Amino acid sequence: MFAAVDTKHQDLLIQNLENILNKIKQNKTPLINESFQQFLNTKNGYLVSSLVSEFLEFFSLGFTLAVFQPGTGTQVHGPDRGNLAQDLGIVENENTRDGPLLLEVMKRCQNSNSREDGSSDSSLPVLHNLVTELPLLEAKTSLSNEAILRYSRQLVLPELGVKGQLNLSKSSVLIVGCGGLGCPLAQYLAAAGIGRLGLLDYDVVEINNLHRQVLHGENRQGIPKSLSAATALKQLNSGVEYICYNLILTPKIALELIQQYDIIADCSDNVPTRYLVNDACVLTGKPLVSASALRMEGQLTVYNYHGSPCYRCLFPVPPPAETVTNCSDGGVLGVVPGIMGCLQALEVLKIASGLGTSFGQFMLMFDALEGRFRNIRLRPKNQNCAVCGANPTIRVLQDYEAFCGSSASDKCRTLHLLSKEERISAQEYKKILDEQVPHLLVDVRPPVEVDICHLPHSIYITLDKLERKNLDCLNHLNRKLLEGKQITDEEMSFPVYVICKLGNDSQKAVKILQELSGKELGVLLAKDITGGLMAWSNKVDPTFPQY
Amino acid sequence: MEERKLSRIVWGARALLSFWTAIPCGGAELLFGGLKKHHVTLPIQSDTWDIRHLLVWIKQNLLQERPELFIQGDSVRPGILVLINDADWELMGELTYKLQNEDSITFISTLHGG
Repeated sequence: MFAAVDTKHQDLLIQNLENILNKIKQNKTPLINESFQQFLNTKNGYLVSSLVSEFLEFFSLGFTLAVFQPGTGTQVHGPDRGNLAQDLGIVENENTRDGPLLLEVMKRCQNSNSREDGSSDSSLPVLHNLVTELPLLEAKTSLSNEAILRYSRQLVLPELGVKGQLNLSKSSVLIVGCGGLGCPLAQYLAAAGIGRLGLLDYDVVEINNLHRQVLHGENRQGIPKSLSAATALKQLNSGVEYICYNLILTPKIALELIQQYDIIADCSDNVPTRYLVNDACVLTGKPLVSASALRMEGQLTVYNYHGSPCYRCLFPVPPPAETVTNCSDGGVLGVVPGIMGCLQALEVLKIASGLGTSFGQFMLMFDALEGRFRNIRLRPKNQNCAVCGANPTIRVLQDYEAFCGSSASDKCRTLHLLSKEERISAQEYKKILDEQVPHLLVDVRPPVEVDICHLPHSIYITLDKLERKNLDCLNHLNRKLLEGKQITDEEMSFPVYVICKLGNDSQKAVKILQELSGKELGVLLAKDITGGLMAWSNKVDPTFPQY
Repeated sequence: MEERKLSRIVWGARALLSFWTAIPCGGAELLFGGLKKHHVTLPIQSDTWDIRHLLVWIKQNLLQERPELFIQGDSVRPGILVLINDADWELMGELTYKLQNEDSITFISTLHGG
């Protein structure tokens, strides 16, 4: 059915564009028009013109872009389809590659219309790019024979029983983040027969997620995580309703979304989202089952449930942004969020079935290295809490990124500590190497990362040793500087290039080297390599590993 | 006179300090000289040892670098939870809690990864 519709769309589009082209050809007056030029200079104008050019290129219509850029008169380099698709938020797959991107844009408009009519294909998980009002969950009064057989092993538990199982089937749970915590959590909730699962994530599946985000798979790289998770869950239990949200949880949509669910599970990876989810749960009166994991440790608490404290009661002030480590910087052993996500599932199931939780005013801490769990008694609800206290000052959602001074994602921030002149690109460094210009390359990453990959001629001084002005390191560096200076002009400041993984720590290191130059260290000229070793891998040496 | 002497001996207390959760930049272990656990014997002082004193003592004796990652003002920085014998310090009087012999004080920094 789709194929026929597609051909129709294509024909229609081609016809329309040919008409326009003919009109342009007939029109002898130049197409220089101020509002048109202005439009082209806007982001949307750029996207529209790129879409049209890509469309024409797709069918090899031999059209020149001179129309859009009068004055050049020649064919400029066409839009890069990959970049354009990314700008438009289109994830390419076999189906989209069969046609121009314009077609995909059109299909999306039509899909969102048809979804409002409720006529979408129910056998595939539907990807929501916005929050829509969901119909109420059907309240079942008895279990079907299939359900009895399927859930028999938990049905015979006196703690759960038929009543508990029916309660599960009537419950809806929103999972914020389909990552290392969200995957096992969603898996056990789906397996246990929860009624409806909302799966929210703004990200797509990457290969470096798979060691811990166990619902996704190699063949689903580049697919939105919420959709990938639902695809896997559907195979496990098709009786559960899955709602996929491919979006960032923002203050604008959080209340509307969260009020539609009974229980919220925070499986996010950043501080602003944790405060946002907490406040939205307090304002809508939803229990929040929250877990986190990093390196070899995990934590779990249930907030805002039957009088228990909320996240803000415990942490009224967010931590300074520089003290927060994400999984890509700090690392995480996959099974650790796996364990925490399973514990989260357990608490969600207990709350949904009516058993209640064990962590209302407790925090469970897990130390994977020592194999220790510790259960900590927490303070009660704070009467002066800004959101759940007796006289709350927060009655609407805030700007959480500003409040926390960090962004609502765990992607690495890019620092800008150095000027352009103090940095060189990976390609420029390659040139320096090729021309055998005498210099020192200092790698400031921790030893564990150097073990993964390194450039063989580097010397290794970790950033923290440099920050502490570790004497052994400074002596080592000075010796290398002297060796270098023997073959160059001794008066000249010796060039030192600093490299790290992504080009953040290297900037900090250059700042320190600049301070030490001519004092603790010989005179040197320090610069860093923009984008670090990952840029080296991307731009210079594709055989160099990425991590 | 006799009593005062006794209390002074008691307040030169032994305590177990643990730093559970890693603090960035190499981890709390690193901040505290590469050790997660410190069995400490606090020196005798005329005042009783409370958590406020303990934090000052930690800053002067255990913290080797970047104290701002641990202490802000006279308390711990936001995002660090203090436990006194496995209970949230807020239940125990926070900075004013009087240390007892063999107390276990734990510092946890919250995790946000997922």
